[in-house]
Amino acid sequence: MQSKPLVLKILDVVSIILLSISTYLALIYAPTELVMGNVQRVFYFHIGTAWTALLGFILAALFSVAYLITKDMKWDRLQVAAIEVSLVFFLITIVLGSIWARPAWNTWWTWDPRLTTAAVTELIYVAYFMLRQGIDEPEKRARFGAVYALVGGLSAPITFFAIRLFRTIHPVVIGGTNPAADGGFSMTPRMLTAFFFALFTFTIIFVDLFWNRIRLGDLQEKVEQLKLKVTM
Amino acid sequence: MVNKTTEIKSMTLERPRPSGSFLKAVGAVVWKDVRAEFRSRELFSAMLVFSLLIILIFNFALELDIKTRQSVTAGVLWATFAFAGTLGLNRSMAIEKDRGCLDGLLLAPVDRSAIYFGKVISNLAFMLIVEIIVLPVYSVLYSVNLFQPGLLLVILLGSIGYVGVGTLLAAMSVQTRTRDILLPILLFPVVIPVLLAAVKASSGFLTGADPADIRLPISLLVAYDVIFIAVAFMVFDAVVEE
Repeated sequence: MQSKPLVLKILDVVSIILLSISTYLALIYAPTELVMGNVQRVFYFHIGTAWTALLGFILAALFSVAYLITKDMKWDRLQVAAIEVSLVFFLITIVLGSIWARPAWNTWWTWDPRLTTAAVTELIYVAYFMLRQGIDEPEKRARFGAVYALVGGLSAPITFFAIRLFRTIHPVVIGGTNPAADGGFSMTPRMLTAFFFALFTFTIIFVDLFWNRIRLGDLQEKVEQLKLKVTM
Repeated sequence: MVNKTTEIKSMTLERPRPSGSFLKAVGAVVWKDVRAEFRSRELFSAMLVFSLLIILIFNFALELDIKTRQSVTAGVLWATFAFAGTLGLNRSMAIEKDRGCLDGLLLAPVDRSAIYFGKVISNLAFMLIVEIIVLPVYSVLYSVNLFQPGLLLVILLGSIGYVGVGTLLAAMSVQTRTRDILLPILLFPVVIPVLLAAVKASSGFLTGADPADIRLPISLLVAYDVIFIAVAFMVFDAVVEE
């Protein structure tokens, strides 16, 4: 069995170190927000996980196209890895957002465009795994997975714009002011440091997990082949 | 064997096709479905009775008195269509799979997308017929006038989008182990833009809202229909190939 590549091992360690630094920056280094208080500190990880999750979903849609054109199983393994990691990150985003929303909006949940789209997107990719589970043949599983990830990846942004027909209360902290938004704020330099560091950290963690998951997929494939060889 | 299949493939590719053969193939698939349905009537009757039952359930669940009726009619209608629609889509594809009809269709030397469009048209026809019966029944039961040209247009556009995606996903779900339960799980999250825009446009027509407010959801419906039918047309091959 091949051992873990050295770069990946280093990346694992770097991810853990970065996460602890980022936690320090978010919880201690960044100043307390004036209106919302300490609960605003959730924001750094909220955006960090949201950004990487969306990155993964977009990658997954691109892998769909690549798979459907080339029919190379490599793209399927990449896609599963991207969606699996993103699904977990997006769940973290939603839970952190809810924790913030309780004091800021006085409710755990509201049917705002971003929140609704987040819930729908999460459900689309849960459905994606349910679809894959129902198929035994690897090649067919890859085809169907690619088709569904493509359809889902196109549908999610349309859902977002569709709900935008209604008014939103979700604050847009970066670029853009919405007078109806509730809970927006402007960032001090220290907050910006914590914010960008969190973005960087979660991107690295995403790459690390993504890589580990791809490696796991490759090993699974190898085990399957070995099993076939034994039975034959 | 390998040589034979490639031979057949190249033959079908090289054979000059008369123009309009695509439409003929689509028509043949539709005609097959309509005739089979006309003989058994199992799909249509199941969808219709199911729709009426859903309306009945909503009546108790929402206490549809005159005041609430105004605001929830569009939502009740679209929830009914969505649920009854999955029933029809599931059945229509399960029939193809069960008796090996799909394999026969795939052997036919026609473009695979002709099968997709044929199934879409027949599914759409069944769905529209059910809707056309549900509308007057709802109108009578709750004395709301649902026969407005604008509302009918919304129902047509919404049904096209719903069936366009639904047929593609049903073709996938019937080939899985969890066939009966999988279709709604796959379809509903993806089809939310259709339901959202359709409900908004329908309630706009029912409450006599400003036409400018209705135009936006209708253009969204048109955009969704075009995008997803184009995508389904492109990927349908990948869904049915063996």
